[in-house]
Amino acid sequence: METKKISLADGSGGKLTHRLIKNIFLQNLGNPILNRLDDSAICNLQSAIYNLVFTTDSYVIKPIFFPGGDIGKLSICGTINDLSMLGARPLYISLSFILEDGLQVDKLEQIVVSIAETAKKSGVKIVCGDTKVVEKGACDEIFINTSGIGIADKKIDISGHNAKLNDIVILSGTIGDHGIAVLNARQKLGLRCGRCELKSDIAPLNNLVEKMIKVCGSGIHAMRDPTRGGLATALNEIAEQSNVGIEIEESTIPLKKPVESACALLGLDPLYIANEGKLVAIVSKKDAEQILSVMKKHPLGKHAKIIGKVVPYPKGVFLKTKIGGTRILQMLESDQLPRIC
Amino acid sequence: MNNIITEIKSFSKAINIMEVCGTHTMAIASSGIKALLPQNINMLSGPGCPVCVTPTGILDAAIELAKTGCIITTFGDMMRVPGSKSALEKEKSTGCDIRIVYSCTDAIQIALLNPKKEIVFIGVGFETTSPTIAAIVKTAENQNIKNFSIISAFKLIPPAIAAILEQNVSRIDGFILPGHVSTIIGSKPYRFIAEKFRIPAVITGFEPSDILEGIMLIANQIKRAKPEIEIQYQRCVKEQGNLYAVKLLYSVFESSDSQWRGIGLIKNSGLKFRKKYQRFDTFKKFGLKVRNTKEPAGCLCGKILTGIAKPNQCGYFGKKCTPSNPIGPCMISSEGTCAAYYKYGN
Repeated sequence: METKKISLADGSGGKLTHRLIKNIFLQNLGNPILNRLDDSAICNLQSAIYNLVFTTDSYVIKPIFFPGGDIGKLSICGTINDLSMLGARPLYISLSFILEDGLQVDKLEQIVVSIAETAKKSGVKIVCGDTKVVEKGACDEIFINTSGIGIADKKIDISGHNAKLNDIVILSGTIGDHGIAVLNARQKLGLRCGRCELKSDIAPLNNLVEKMIKVCGSGIHAMRDPTRGGLATALNEIAEQSNVGIEIEESTIPLKKPVESACALLGLDPLYIANEGKLVAIVSKKDAEQILSVMKKHPLGKHAKIIGKVVPYPKGVFLKTKIGGTRILQMLESDQLPRIC
Repeated sequence: MNNIITEIKSFSKAINIMEVCGTHTMAIASSGIKALLPQNINMLSGPGCPVCVTPTGILDAAIELAKTGCIITTFGDMMRVPGSKSALEKEKSTGCDIRIVYSCTDAIQIALLNPKKEIVFIGVGFETTSPTIAAIVKTAENQNIKNFSIISAFKLIPPAIAAILEQNVSRIDGFILPGHVSTIIGSKPYRFIAEKFRIPAVITGFEPSDILEGIMLIANQIKRAKPEIEIQYQRCVKEQGNLYAVKLLYSVFESSDSQWRGIGLIKNSGLKFRKKYQRFDTFKKFGLKVRNTKEPAGCLCGKILTGIAKPNQCGYFGKKCTPSNPIGPCMISSEGTCAAYYKYGN
């Protein structure tokens, strides 16, 4: 019998990644905190006011500099956003660099400057780190691993498990910008829209989330930043964790015309394309308009829209299409591949 | 669009319409068109998914070459398609140099950057893709690029439709024909559908509104009992097609008999290199032969590709056969019928 091997598809963030997490990691490492499979872990402190929120992530991206950002900014934003999705205030981040023999020092410096700027703007501190250099070919220029710590008010309970019947789904802005910008840069596709360049949406969301919590923390039930696997996969994760159905309306999902055109050209579905500066929030019906209004006033939420609601049945995620049809929106099976024609 | 849907719903006769093209299949599934159609209109998927119909022998040959050190270049769709023993994606993970390209031009660039390596491009697709490849072959000829060749697995759509109709088992009452193929070949090569087989056909675009209008036009032709080849996709398609592209295509290639995965041999349905360009033919260059292999027992893809069966009639569908573990061709491609049914829950 053939020995099963890890493939690139196992890292797509879709069904195969989830299968790997459940069958290998949770099976051997599982505990009540890890098993929740939220973006971060809530660790109970001996404090009446705060929970400690802890996360870790690794960043590998090609190219390491892309329109709108770089791997350094990505690593800080990603970690901040993972903490923010649990309603935490990000405080401290660790950095671990794996550098390839031959990496230009000025490139590294540029990345570190970008990290410093992003951390400063977001109000987080880089507090510890590590560096390893590996042989040429053992990594792709630079890999960065981060861990992040934040604190969350104990009165706030935001988790993928908390979506409730009749809740409203709010998306903070246009989807697919990051994934398409990186693909365009990686493959040198040269896609443009007039003078406008396809640009990543990469941004730290902690300030936006802080404002949302301030206006109505108890009304926010679940949040996700739809990174790998895109909006469809993020909603599927919440639907599965909360055992509910989620119905969204295609016509309400914000999508930039160049991203839409690039997806059509390449045969990719924007609902599965990665984002790095967007969030999807599942909020109570009575607080939805108020939360939406606060989001719209924030630069990172000005295109926020209500895109759907939580329904009792059927379980899973469903899309009402622009022409009035309905279809299942499954979790990404594995990486999307560009089509032939 | 509401008027179109109302008109379609006023048509009461039970009919089978085949959408020949995989892009149409996906558009129908992803836009939820089936949910809008009345029950008497039954959509069948056809053989127009290039990945689905590429024989396993082509993949086996590419893998064999990859193992000898050639750089294999391919469109992304082909990466997961299983050959008889392995798939390109699996071989890439073992260290073979297999690269996804977005255009055959990228393969030429790779050839220029790697003069000591042999670069092989897996040429799959229909009339939409092949003229561009013909142009690139001419460029390679002009630039005297010697380390580049193409596995020609291109296919032609009209002979496949003729083969389905000659089998006479699918009971097709109308065809939605691929708009992009006709951008190249126009409408004339399809005349036999209306003239010989008395079946209506509409060359259709890919927006949901295009497809619904195509269905409406077929229903109206059936009402008039006057089958013809109509062009719904008039914004891109002319009756005579793109004469320049056709001339270019046939200056490099000529038609040949071709194996279709799941279907079998169809006469004059493929493209082979003309003598002048044979140095770009991977099979000639490396003395390779495409081996015939059998489809897995119990797989209904052959019937699905010819409109005889639907995916949910196959015992493997959604159980042993899924997009991450495809058994038959229709589940392999993102544009395959089974993949569409699986992903969009038809």
